[in-house]
Order: sequence, then C-alpha cells, then structure tokens
Amino acid sequence: MSQSKGRFGIHGGQYIPETLMNAVIELENAYEHYKNDPDFNRELTDLLNNYAGRPSLLYRADKMTADLGGAKIYLKREDLNHTGSHKINNVLGQALLAKKMGKTRLIAETGAGQHGVATATAAALLGMECVVFMGEEDTKRQALNVYRMKLLGADVVPVKSGTATLKDAVSETMREWTSRIDDTHYCLGSVMGPHPFPTIVRDFQAVISRESRAQILEAEGRLPDAVIACVGGGSNAIGSFYHYIPDEGVRLIGCEAAGRGIDTFETAATVNTGRIGIFHGMKSYFCQDEYGQIAPVYSISAGLDYPGVGPEHANLHDTGRAEYVPVTDDEAVNAFEYLSRTEGIIPAIESAHAVAYAMKLAPTMDKDKIIIITISGRGDKDCAAIARYRGENIYE
Amino acid sequence: MSDLRRAFADGKAFIPFITCGFPDLETTGKVVRAAAENGADLIELGIPFSDPTAEGPVIQGANIRALAGGITTDKVFEFVMELRRDVKIPLVFMTYANVVFSYGAERFMARCCETGVGGIVIPDLPYEEKDEFSAVAKQYGVDIISLIAPTSANRIAMISKEAEGFIYIVSSLGVTGTRTEIKTDIGDIVRTIRENTSVPCAVGFGISTPEQAAKMASLSDGAIIGSAIIKIIDKYGRDAAPYVAEYVKSIKEAVRNC
Repeated sequence: MSQSKGRFGIHGGQYIPETLMNAVIELENAYEHYKNDPDFNRELTDLLNNYAGRPSLLYRADKMTADLGGAKIYLKREDLNHTGSHKINNVLGQALLAKKMGKTRLIAETGAGQHGVATATAAALLGMECVVFMGEEDTKRQALNVYRMKLLGADVVPVKSGTATLKDAVSETMREWTSRIDDTHYCLGSVMGPHPFPTIVRDFQAVISRESRAQILEAEGRLPDAVIACVGGGSNAIGSFYHYIPDEGVRLIGCEAAGRGIDTFETAATVNTGRIGIFHGMKSYFCQDEYGQIAPVYSISAGLDYPGVGPEHANLHDTGRAEYVPVTDDEAVNAFEYLSRTEGIIPAIESAHAVAYAMKLAPTMDKDKIIIITISGRGDKDCAAIARYRGENIYE
Repeated sequence: MSDLRRAFADGKAFIPFITCGFPDLETTGKVVRAAAENGADLIELGIPFSDPTAEGPVIQGANIRALAGGITTDKVFEFVMELRRDVKIPLVFMTYANVVFSYGAERFMARCCETGVGGIVIPDLPYEEKDEFSAVAKQYGVDIISLIAPTSANRIAMISKEAEGFIYIVSSLGVTGTRTEIKTDIGDIVRTIRENTSVPCAVGFGISTPEQAAKMASLSDGAIIGSAIIKIIDKYGRDAAPYVAEYVKSIKEAVRNC
C-alpha cells in the first residue's frame, strides 16, 4: 500500500516524477531534523535579524485610518526587509537548510523577480551557485529585477515555453531539478509544489504572524479583527495567517488577482474561478478548462500571475477558516497610488491587492476594530509598469 | 488484468510513443497503423497536456500543437475507438494526472476498458500517490504503469512488488528527449526488479538509434522511443507515416533478438 503525505484536507500530496521522489524525501528528512536543531535555528535567527532586518515593523497607519473612517489599520511592513519583500524569510531558511544538506547550487523560479532576487542574494551570501528561471514575458515586465539577479551573481534563464510566465518558470525549474539533483536544491518560492515544500515554506514565512501577533498585543492589548494579505501561490498570506488560525475571532482574508475581472478570461483568481486539480506536484485549486488543461492566466502583477494556489489555502477555503476575495487590476493600481500618497509607502503591486480590499472593508467596520494588512513587498520594481498602465512612458 | 504481456511475446519488445493529434488525428491514425504493421509490439498514445513537466522540448512542442489543433480527451477516446477496428496490438495511454483526474478517474478508466486500452503511464503519479487511481483502474482492467528512475535506488523493490503490466525504466535523469549517451547502470536496476517481480520491464528516455535500442533491450525486455518518432512526424508532417514505418521496422529488427 502506498501512502500519500503532506495533505491539507484533500489537498497537497506529492504528484511528481519518480526521479524526484528521493530528493523530496531527503529534503523532508533533513527538514524534520534541522527544524528542531538549536544551532540551525540560532543561525537562521541571526540571519533574519542581522542580515534581513527582522523583526519587521507593525506600523499604525493613522492617515489611512482617518481617511477611510472605519477600522484602525496597521501595516505589517515586509517591504522593509532586505531585498524588499517577504521572500527573504523563506529563502534564508531554505538556503541554510540546503547548505546543511551539502548542496552547493540553488535553482529557483520567479514571477515578479522578488523570489529570484532573494534567492540570488542568499546564494551570494552563503557562497552557492544560483540559477533563476523566469518567464520571458516577466523578464520584460521586470527588467530591473533581472539586472539585480545578475548583479548578485546568478544566471537568469528566460523561459519561452507555454505562456512564458510564472507557471512555465515553475515547470522549467522542476525539469532542471530532474536533470541535476545531487548538488542542487530547488528553492521553491511559495507554499506550493509537492510535500514538503508547502510546509517548509509556510514554517519559514510564519515569522510574519508570529511577530505581528506579539506586536499587536503589545500595541493594542488585543488581537486584530481581520488580517489581509495578497495571494498568488500564497506564501506571504499563509505566513500572515498562520499564528491566527486557532484564533476564531480573527478574519483571515486572502486577496486574489482578478486581473480584468473574475467574469473575464483575463484573471488569475484561482479560488474564485478555478476547480480542484493536480498540477505542479500538488492537489489544489487551479484555473483550467473542462479537460484539465491549465488555463493561461492574467494579472497586472507578475507575482500573482499563477493559475494555482497553495494546498493549505485550498483547505482553509474548504473549511471556511479563510476567505478569498478577488481584486482587479484597476482596484490594485488605485490602492498602489493611494498608499503612496496617503502614507508615503509605495507598496508592491502584489501587496496593493491587499490594500485595495482593506480600503473597501475598513469603512464598513467600527472604529474600535483593527485590521492588519501585510505589505509583502516594496513597489519600486512596479513604478515603470504602473506608469505605463496610466499611459505614461518612462524609462528605467 | 490487462493484455499488455502479449507485447513481450515476440522477442524483445519495441514500444513507440506517439502524441495524439500531432499534427492532426488523421495523421496520428496513419502513423499508429504504420507502426503497428511494422513491428511495434505496444504503442504508447500520448494524450496532450498543456504543461507536460516531464517532457523535453520536442514532446512539449507536440503537446502544444496538438492542443492548439483542438484535441481533447473525448476526441482521443473516439479516435482510439475507431483505431480499434483494425489495430489489434496492445495500447497504453501516456498522460498527466490532471487529465485523468479532471475527466473523472472512473469515467476515464471505463472508457479505457471500452476502447481496449490496457494501461496508462502517468509521469506525475509516483508510488505514493497511485492508490488514488489504481483501485478504480483495477476494476476496469487497466494497469497503472510504474516508473523506475536512475534515482529510485532503495525504492525499486517496493515499486516492483506492486507493478502491473510492465515497468517503465527511465534511463536517464532529466526530461524526455534524445541523448548521445546513457550512463545509468540499467543492468543493475533490472536485477533488482527481477528479484521482486516477474512483470516485464522496458527502458525509455533518450533512445533514438537502433544501436541504443538494442543495447537497452538486451539489458531488459524492451525499448521505448518517443522524441525520435515525434521528430520524424514534425519533419514530414502529414506525410510522416512511411518514414515512421521504416524507422519502426529498423528498431524492431535491432531489438527482437538481442
């Protein structure tokens, strides 16, 4: 009898080629060992605090609160981390783990380029080789991040297959891993893929809610009423939610990229428009046609432009513990500009999806309620694209 | 119990892989018949998937073009039904887990049974996940073909013990595609398989020449060739059948008595 591992309800599992099975088993065994190893944890904490700049601030957004006239708003500032997003939390953990396992080479997929930059950064710091696979379409949308990765010593491979975006970058990184396993660790960037990745990435990102929970208790003496984060694969969202899952009174809200709207084909809102399927190593929700062919998805945000969602989110949706709401390109761009003007904080266009939903939700809540929005990354990388969206052509 | 063992009755087996609907189903029909008439012992029919993560560029391209031409799982079943009027050799499908899952495993296996497809190769369904499909597959007499890779090591015995139909030995690391050299110790893998099962095993991934096919078949019970055939179909398009016939004949001659 075979035994499926890494399930979140009916989701998750390990749907991968036999060639990779011993690699994920080796990874799982190493992780189970090191996650409780005091030396490993000391090293990781040191890197997070003294290299990445943790803990990140929980900032009380007074102007936004006053302007929206409802719930009190706090921003969990993952944009202030070294490399400019939450991605570094996971990458430092995985890179350190890979190094302990004797791996000398990291490979990674990237959409917006934030995970690629974080991986290239960790590889530079820990003296490892690094190859990043990025959809050719995304290398154009995020040219600055391509340059950053190269500057950090990584090779960037533009992926031309399929829709030349994030899903194709994941497929190509998996293909690369199948061809070179011995010295190579696949540093997966989100809470997706085959077990143990959804668990490992979630554990490394859970630092977000571990900190924010303590910070809000310190600031307000109570838990928030809602935690809001954007969801592509779902790593910053699961990190933002994780330590609140047992707190039934805290609403957990994931904001999906609706692109031009969930009633159009130009969307990436997986939970809202997808069906259960099996892809990229996991069972979860996917945008697909009636025959299970994966659908091309669209969002202005290269980081949310993915046709699936992590299996733990799929289960949080099934159980009703978390809500997943669609946010359109237009709403996200408005929020991008709003937060910049109102608080002097330029959020990543991904994070702007969470800000956009908070802008709708906060005014409906009483003034004694509290919302925490995770600002998963900084928006510098998006300025040229947003300018183009507004019809202004600027050169980076 | 399927009819797949029949494929290993005429000396070492040759198993060609053909993507359905590349470049169109009419051509696939001609190519399959050409292969069957010229010595193919079993044919692996690919049901295209949009994101075939175990494939190299050649088969990826065939999948994308077949889908662009409007191929669907239902059309493949109708095609096989028609094929079965005169093609009598054993057939298996090769496709990805989501194609089966999305169609409904039971409905999929029932149609395999109805069209005389005795097995299915699912590259993203490892041992740990096979129970999801194997119970219902067994009910309809469809074998879930187990794959063994160069990295399987301590897993070979476990996989072999539950194998059905035949075992697909993946010759090399990486994805499908032709290779100049196969470095894996296939003999060693086959020895471990033989200690655990009497199910025949065939080697695939990276084979293109009659010499390579003969070498792999001499170490096992047969050779599987995909990308090299897809390249012929890509080159000659709708006129590919006679070229595939010639190629299949040369490979079968090379493997039969080795």
